[in-house]
Amino acid sequence: MTTVHTLTIDGAEVAAADGQTVLEVAREHGIDIPTLCHLEGLSDVGACRLCLVEVGGSGKLVAACVTRVEEGMEVTAHSELLAEHRRTIVEMLFLERNHICSVCVANNHCKLQDIAQDLGVDHLDLPAVNPDVGVDASHALFAVDHNRCIMCTRCVRVCDEIEGAHTWDVMGRGLAARVVTDLGTPWGTSPTCTSCGKCVQVCPTGALFEKGRSVAEGAKHRRPFLPHLRLIRDEGPRS
Amino acid sequence: MTRPRLATVWLDGCSGCHMSFLDLDERLIEIGERADLVYSPLVDVKAYPAGVDVCLVEGAVASEEDLTKIRVIRERTRVLVSFGDCAVTSNVPGMRNSIGVGPLLERAYLDNATLNQQVPSEVVPKLLPKAMPVHAVVDVDVFLPGCPPSADLIYAALDDLLAGRRPDLSRRARFGS
Repeated sequence: MTTVHTLTIDGAEVAAADGQTVLEVAREHGIDIPTLCHLEGLSDVGACRLCLVEVGGSGKLVAACVTRVEEGMEVTAHSELLAEHRRTIVEMLFLERNHICSVCVANNHCKLQDIAQDLGVDHLDLPAVNPDVGVDASHALFAVDHNRCIMCTRCVRVCDEIEGAHTWDVMGRGLAARVVTDLGTPWGTSPTCTSCGKCVQVCPTGALFEKGRSVAEGAKHRRPFLPHLRLIRDEGPRS
Repeated sequence: MTRPRLATVWLDGCSGCHMSFLDLDERLIEIGERADLVYSPLVDVKAYPAGVDVCLVEGAVASEEDLTKIRVIRERTRVLVSFGDCAVTSNVPGMRNSIGVGPLLERAYLDNATLNQQVPSEVVPKLLPKAMPVHAVVDVDVFLPGCPPSADLIYAALDDLLAGRRPDLSRRARFGS
């Protein structure tokens, strides 16, 4: 039999099964906590820190996605202080790399862009890092643009846990951390990548994308009229 | 009661925000009746006047000229609006920030030029080391992100501003789009 715990989230009493995370229980009860690195079906790592909640009166902040429920727990998921922390986290995610929404392949299909709007981040106060990070477009179908990566590691986890290839991993620490394919070799030469594209699908931003979708490439692939040119020339104008 | 004095300015941007402003269409007539447009790329006034109530600033601060302009604007404006992503985040003009001015100009005017290879030094203002958002240089009162902000959003902001209210657009406006 499952042990049931009773706890409170933002003052509301909720019941949870042993082993559930605070995030799971909150969402089951319609309490919205923003996340970027969490994805249903993948393990949780607490990478993005957006789901920070306060436990007890201690003021200690923990990531809801990796915190198991406990009997009598008092969780604060929403407060002015937490909102401020979350806005700062979003700011840092934007400023650690070069996020130019207007020319991004994920413009309007981006979780970071959505969350910035939801949390009311309408400008960035911290200084920008403007790192010189590259794009690896060596793969035939996909590309990785490190300018747009937020190090959520969804790609790493889906590749390891679902596809079983473990092509992706993380190299470096702190600001120098990057997602890499096969110990930092070009994606296109990867002997482990199965080209399944799961990493591209789970990526919440424009960091991983299918080739042909970027702003510069977009229109080039849609020229259905061209094959008809010859035909029109051969047949001439209709009389 | 005198009508509020409205200005719009275009620094390092593409004019897209001003195009979106023109998309106010017939609402421009209403804005024109409610405010005096005292300075703008859309009117023929050469110098930024004193006593401006509301100014929409499009574009990043990217050159020495921009820097001089924005300081004057701040001094003479009551409510300064950072208008569009270039003003708010430096956006596309800021894409050069990781490259550096030297290599950037060399690439554009020397490496890729076949005739008259030279970095322009006359008439055009000198670039700053980085293209900066407006609030990195002067205090900003209202942020209106978007590339460009939609005409509806611009109207919502102006409607409040011209009535002397401070608009809250933070959950309606977004970067990009």
